[in-house]
Parts: sequence; C-alpha cells; structure tokens
Amino acid sequence: MSPMRCVILLAGLLVSLPAAADEFTEQDLKRWEEQFQAVVKQGRELWTSGSLGTNGVACAQCHPNAANTHPETYPKFQKQLGRVANLWEMVNWCLRNPLEGEPLAADDPKMIALLSYIAWERRGVQLAPGKH
Amino acid sequence: MSRNFDRRSFLKTAGLATAAGTLPMTLVEVAFGQSSRNFTFAYISDAHIQHIKGNQFVRNWDRGLIRAVAETNLLDPRPDFVFFGGDLAQLGTKEELDHGAEILSRLRGKLYCVMGEHDYYLDLGEYWSKLFGPHYYSFDHKGVHFVVLNSILTYDDWTYNRWPTAEQRMLEMAGLDNPNGSPFMVGEKQREWLAKDLAKVRKDTPIVVLSHSPLQKIYKGWNFWTEDAEEVQALLAPFDKVTVLYGHVHQIQYNKIGNIVFTSAMATAWPWPYPQSYAQVESYLPKLTVHMNRADPFFERDATGWQFIDVYSGRVAVNYNLYNNKARRVAYNEATGQPEDTQYQSPDARIPPQTHY
Ligand code: HEC
Repeated sequence: MSPMRCVILLAGLLVSLPAAADEFTEQDLKRWEEQFQAVVKQGRELWTSGSLGTNGVACAQCHPNAANTHPETYPKFQKQLGRVANLWEMVNWCLRNPLEGEPLAADDPKMIALLSYIAWERRGVQLAPGKH
Repeated sequence: MSRNFDRRSFLKTAGLATAAGTLPMTLVEVAFGQSSRNFTFAYISDAHIQHIKGNQFVRNWDRGLIRAVAETNLLDPRPDFVFFGGDLAQLGTKEELDHGAEILSRLRGKLYCVMGEHDYYLDLGEYWSKLFGPHYYSFDHKGVHFVVLNSILTYDDWTYNRWPTAEQRMLEMAGLDNPNGSPFMVGEKQREWLAKDLAKVRKDTPIVVLSHSPLQKIYKGWNFWTEDAEEVQALLAPFDKVTVLYGHVHQIQYNKIGNIVFTSAMATAWPWPYPQSYAQVESYLPKLTVHMNRADPFFERDATGWQFIDVYSGRVAVNYNLYNNKARRVAYNEATGQPEDTQYQSPDARIPPQTHY
C-alpha cells in the first residue's frame, strides 16, 4: 500500500468514528477557559460587592486581590473550629461575621464563583495543604 | 499591657491599664534632653466609618473608633493633643463624616486631622473642611515643627474629567485594589507651600510630617504609594531629624530613606495584608519592617491597634499597642541610625505569626 492510500484510509476512519472522550480541540480549550474566566469575573464582582452580606461590607475591603485567603493551604486544621476545614467554610465564616450575612451552600453558584476568583488570584502558588 | 506602658505609668489604675492595653490609638511622646520639652500626643487612624442606611453604621468599624477615643481619654498624663490620620469615613458622605466627628468629639483635648482618600473624593474635601479645617497646615509645638499634608490628591484629569458622578469617583478611589484608581500625590501647589513653610525653619529643628499615604513607594497597585514622594523627600532632606507618620496601610511598616524615618499607624477598622501576600505582583516593602502578626478573623479587633511614640532628642519611637497581640515598639536606634523593633528586629527573635505569605 502506498503511503498516500494509507493516509486516505485513516482519514476516512476518523470521520466515521464518534468523538472519543479524550479528543478535544483548541476551540474546546478556548471555550472552557472562557467559561472559567466568566465565573472568575462573577466572583470578582461578588468580592467587591456590598450586597453579598447585609451591612454593605465587601470581602475586598479586607482582602484586596483576595490576598490573605491562602487557598493553597486547604484543607487545614482551624484551631477555632477544632477540626480540619475546607476553604468554603472559611468563606462562610467571613460572610457570616464581618459581612453579617447568610452562609452559602458549598455548591451554590455564588460560592463557586468566590472560590474561582480566590484560586485565580493565587495561581502559580504551590499547594501546601495543612499549612497555617 | 506592655512593659513600656507600665513603666511610664500612663494610665491611672491597673484596671484602666488593662482595658487600655487592648485599644487602638497612637500615643506619641516627643522626648528631648530637657524633660520640660518632652511631650506626648495620641495618633488614631483609619476608622472607615461606614453608613448602611438611616441611622445604621457598620458596628465593627464604629467599635474600633469608639474604643480608641475612650482609651485616649484615659491617658494620664494627658497627651498634648491627638492626631487623626485620615479615612474617618468609608465613602466620604455627610452621614459618615458627621458620625465619625461625633465619636471624635468625645475626645478630651485638641484634635488635629489628616485628610484620607475616603474623606475626600466625594466632594473633594469640602464637608470635611467644614468639620476639621484646612487640608494642609503646619504648627510648632514645644520645639518641634509639625507639618500636615494632604497626600491623597491625584492627576487632575482623573479627578475632574474621568467620572460621570462624584459618587462614582468616590467608589472608584475607595476600592483599594481597583485598577481604575489613580496614584496618590501631594502635588505641585502643596509642594510649593511646603518649600515656603520649611524655609522659615532651622535645619536642626525636629520635623514631624503627617500624611495619609506613605511618602514613599511601596506598592502602586494598592496605593501604598505617593507619586511625587521623591520631590517631597527632597524638600525634607536638608533637615537633621525628620519623621513621617502615615496611615492608609493598616499595618506596621517602618523605613529610613536618607535622613527621613517613616513609621505607619495601625487602623482602628481592620488590618490589611502585606502587599507581598499578593502572589501576582512585585512590591517594595521596606526591608527594615518586622511584620505585624497575621490577623485572626475569629477576633474582630485583632491586628487593629494603637501606637505610642517617644522621641529621643527629636527622634520618634513608635509603640504599637494591639488588641489581641503583644505591644510592639519601633524606636530609632542611635547606634545603627535606623528605626528598629526593640524586641523582634533580629531575625532569630521573630515569631511564626510575623510570617506573611
Ligand atoms: C473585616 C475584615 C474581613 C472581611 C470583610 C473579610 N475577611 Fe476574610 N479574613 C480576614 C482576616 C483578618 C483573615 C485571616 C487572614 C490570615 O490568616 O492571614 C481572614 C481569613 C479568610 C479566609 C481564610 C484564609 C486563611 O489563611 O486560612 C478566607 C477564605 C476568607 N477570609 C474569605 C473571605 C471572604 C470570601 C470574605 C467576604 C465574604 C471575607 N473573607 C471578608 C478578614 C476579613
């Protein structure tokens, strides 16, 4: 079989197969990144919003650029809770206390947006689970 | 209660002293060779009184300022006067400034105020001026020349042309990490005034400058920065002893540039991360600084606090008295010629909470 015929056969095979699970395109990557960035943007809006809690205080007032949230250290032991806690639990701590607001469920889209924004501002920092 | 305070018996009774040990303000003691020239003043900063609606204000920030005022009133001997270092309000409204002024009015003794950006960018300091007077000024007190600058001005184009409403201008400047903000500056007009003001002062007169923003460049992204810092420093350079006290940063910082010693005040409202905690940028935190302890969000007043300052022969030493942490003292060290923490300066002496990341 000439190399030419081989290529043609292979191309035909690819077209006829349903998309396999691990096959994604540059376009997919771009779209997924856009989806993520859109949620980061929502997170930033919530971060700077005075209406997330009840007293007009925003997370950004004390955590500019989400600094001092240390997502790379979670899960970790929180001495005041007396157990190992997750990042979203500390988000709720600050939401309830300085913001005098209601806690969010771990899978609430607002919580996911806040966590996405926190992680994005901390990109590149090495994981350090358990570190205080 | 720190040993410093016990030693000096600043407070009348042990009971008051205990309460005082947890309160945020700055007491400044200016000490000369002759004790008759020694004096103290208190320095409270960054209250950020925040209006919710009607007669409601954010309780947390109110408490910080109320405690500072109560504490200042307990001081014995009395400080000669009190400085408020700026950002009395959060969004510069009449309600916030009035509420803040009412709390400050409980202070016994003379009050001097410094303009902060949160007081300014709604009406460009007009209402603040009605309450507290001029935006920049100087005075002499027991041999020290005090200068108060309005260091939170910015480019005219940003102030006058960029924003459709005054409310939006205020909101844009109020967001510390807002990329739409604009760098602080003293500006040419005030620098000319300063040059004239200083022309009358002998070079061996100790100078204490109060500004809201640091008159040095630390991190532009959060306006820990004054755009014309070098020009202002140049005007101060000919004097033997210069101290700049500033607010805005809500954290312990100190530095020396040439002859000028810089020391920051803690906020009564809330602490800020050190700029180095923001992983995406470079900052220039003065190497001299031993950090404040990392704040614990489970203690509402943690890492807010007050400073107490001695000046040896015109050199200022700052004592930070902190609600939930041990007091800190940053003093000018004649031997090394720089401000140093008297307990923690040596790298071996530092404690884990001083590590920020
Ligand atoms: C009054 C100031 C203040 C406000 C407002 C505030 N926080 Fe905090 N928060 C703190 C302090 C102080 C810490 C402790 C920082 C440290 O550990 O260095 C903290 C800690 C955290 C932590 C855990 C960080 C760690 O190191 O373990 C998270 C997550 C967090 N905050 C999220 C939020 C979110 C989300 C909001 C808004 C809903 C918010 N915070 C509002 C002051 C505040």
